[in-house]
Amino acid sequence: MSIVGTKIKTEQKYTSLFAEQKNVLNENISDVITSQRDKAIQLFEDNGIPTKKVENYKYTNMLPLFEEDYGYDFKHEVFKQDLSEVFNCNVHDLEATTIYLINGWYYRQNQLPTNLPKGVLIGSLAEYSQSHPELVAAHYNQYAKNEEDSLVALNTAFAQDGFFIYIPKGAVIEKPIQIVNIMDSDKDLMAFPRNLVIVEENAQAKILLCDHTISDNKYLLSGVTEAYVDENAIFDIYTIQNQHNLTTNISSLFVKQKKHSSILTHNLTLHTGITRNNIYVDMADEHCESRVYGLFISDKNQHVDNFTFIDHANPNCYSEELFKGVLDDASTAAFAGKIMVRPDAQNTNAFQRNDNLLLTDTAKMNTKPMLEIYADDVKCSHGATVGQLDEKSMFYLRSRGISKEEARILLMYAFAYEAVEKIRVEAVRDQIKELVEQVFRGELNKCSSCALCGQEEEKGYTCM
Amino acid sequence: MLEIKDLHAKINDKEILRGINLTVKPGEVHAIMGPNGSGKSTLSSVLAGSEVYEVSEGSAKFYGKDLLDMPAEDRAREGLFYSFQYPVEIPGVSMVNFMRTALNEHRKYNNLKPHTASEFLKLMREKKNLVEIDSNLTNRSVNEGFSGGEKKKNEIFQMAMLQPKVAILDETDSGLDIDALRIVANGVNKLKSKDNATIIITHYQRLLDYIIPDYVHVLYKGRIVMSAGKELAHELEEKGYDWIKKQFED
Repeated sequence: MSIVGTKIKTEQKYTSLFAEQKNVLNENISDVITSQRDKAIQLFEDNGIPTKKVENYKYTNMLPLFEEDYGYDFKHEVFKQDLSEVFNCNVHDLEATTIYLINGWYYRQNQLPTNLPKGVLIGSLAEYSQSHPELVAAHYNQYAKNEEDSLVALNTAFAQDGFFIYIPKGAVIEKPIQIVNIMDSDKDLMAFPRNLVIVEENAQAKILLCDHTISDNKYLLSGVTEAYVDENAIFDIYTIQNQHNLTTNISSLFVKQKKHSSILTHNLTLHTGITRNNIYVDMADEHCESRVYGLFISDKNQHVDNFTFIDHANPNCYSEELFKGVLDDASTAAFAGKIMVRPDAQNTNAFQRNDNLLLTDTAKMNTKPMLEIYADDVKCSHGATVGQLDEKSMFYLRSRGISKEEARILLMYAFAYEAVEKIRVEAVRDQIKELVEQVFRGELNKCSSCALCGQEEEKGYTCM
Repeated sequence: MLEIKDLHAKINDKEILRGINLTVKPGEVHAIMGPNGSGKSTLSSVLAGSEVYEVSEGSAKFYGKDLLDMPAEDRAREGLFYSFQYPVEIPGVSMVNFMRTALNEHRKYNNLKPHTASEFLKLMREKKNLVEIDSNLTNRSVNEGFSGGEKKKNEIFQMAMLQPKVAILDETDSGLDIDALRIVANGVNKLKSKDNATIIITHYQRLLDYIIPDYVHVLYKGRIVMSAGKELAHELEEKGYDWIKKQFED
């Protein structure tokens, strides 16, 4: 059978690469990380790259994305990194601690502020796996669901570096920690960044993660971030994806919460080629609060797929989800949100909403709420809408002298506003408001070569 | 300034306006009255540039330019203002942003420099006082959660900001209590000058006690069947529309 034939071939490409590169992958990394590889690659091989037959990937077939050939950067020369051809991060004016990653590797010349609270660790996961093996071992690969998602397993198999953040008991970092991951290569490249965040009791941290591309090559980015949020801790993570159309960005976030903790995740997909976001929140204790938000703005042939899994494993927890999408041209998107209320999780409050604005007849949205409720004293709701720009509002704005184009921008912005408002760090919110407006005005275009956006074609690429 | 000749308009092949003739000159106030379904709101939407209706015949000239050929935004920029019977709520668009965008687009069209932020805010304060609109309302999203009266006041506030040459007030009195009605009417009167004109569309004579019209027209079945001075409004209030309906039954 030809289908089976291709399937074996594609996965084999990665398993062979793994076997061949294993020694390189293991260089300068402690066995906390390397010891997880064999089991993970086996899981990847057993489960295969997800196609639409896999329920959780129903709207995005990952296989063709992995069939393409990419180079790799497993032997990254960390001390020869050069960021001098500096790129322009749109949020860089922010009062924040900023650190850089190149192709997922921690940039060794990052300057950390000297006034961080005592005990706070910010740096390279690979390095901390060697200097603090016990700390890393206690959390590394404890929350990522390798069994459920073969792409997470693939990341675990190939993981080498990424950021590591440790906020000890009671420490509060007021300013957001901005992490900028830049994809920069002179060839097509795949990367498997792996990040770990530990926020201990009563500690607080806010992370702003920006994914960027500099050069025009094709990228396959498959990252995993694990976050452990202990009792009474507060943790926010805002992910801004602003990459060119030849990027496939698979980003998985696993959050484990303890009692009275509060977390907020926000995935802002402003521009990419194909994006898959997985957000898993495990409320592993009572009185947890989780807020899971997203905003995606797509045009041309972009595709964005958001998948969330909110696990109400214990009583008295609160979760709130809001994903908003604006789709133009022939872009497609999906939202699938699972809320699991386990048998003992009484007094659960879980709310989910996904609203989408389709600007053309060719844009397409799939939305699927999935609620599984096994407790009886719960308050759960879900809702999904797909609509167009309101004609009455358009006419109202135009009757005041506002042009059709400007009215459209105002109304798109108005639609997205609700999701932007959910950002609870004021400085980040203000910056993102501006970014979103720029996206709607077409002033933030990362498409390198598309006729539709009026730019010169470069290096023979066309939009995907 | 505004010259409407033999205007016909239809929606889904149903003819609603069947030959409207109306000439408005600077400084004048015209009232258009008529029973339900006579085409009053259609006339004002068509003039404002609604794309719901199809103009099948006739013309409308605004200072000599073909009004019907312009998109809605250009009609506004030329100086036509349409006060909606049902102002639209637009959550997420702030009043300030909305008004600043509108005003600056007007200025750009007329080759004027955009207002600076402080000029704009000063203008906004002035006009707010003029129409006695609550300061808090302009800090909110456009019409969102406004009461009926507040929405109508907001229409007059926008009119004050944009300073049109011709304002069409579509049922501005509907849903207003006496106090709000007085405030709205005062606003309109204060904005009146010898250079601009107002067209008031209404069911009742009530608003016309506050804004005195120079002409009263009766619209019935898509035509203006009667035009006279302000006394006609009182006559209609007394006798209703039945006597007109009888007279002009097809």
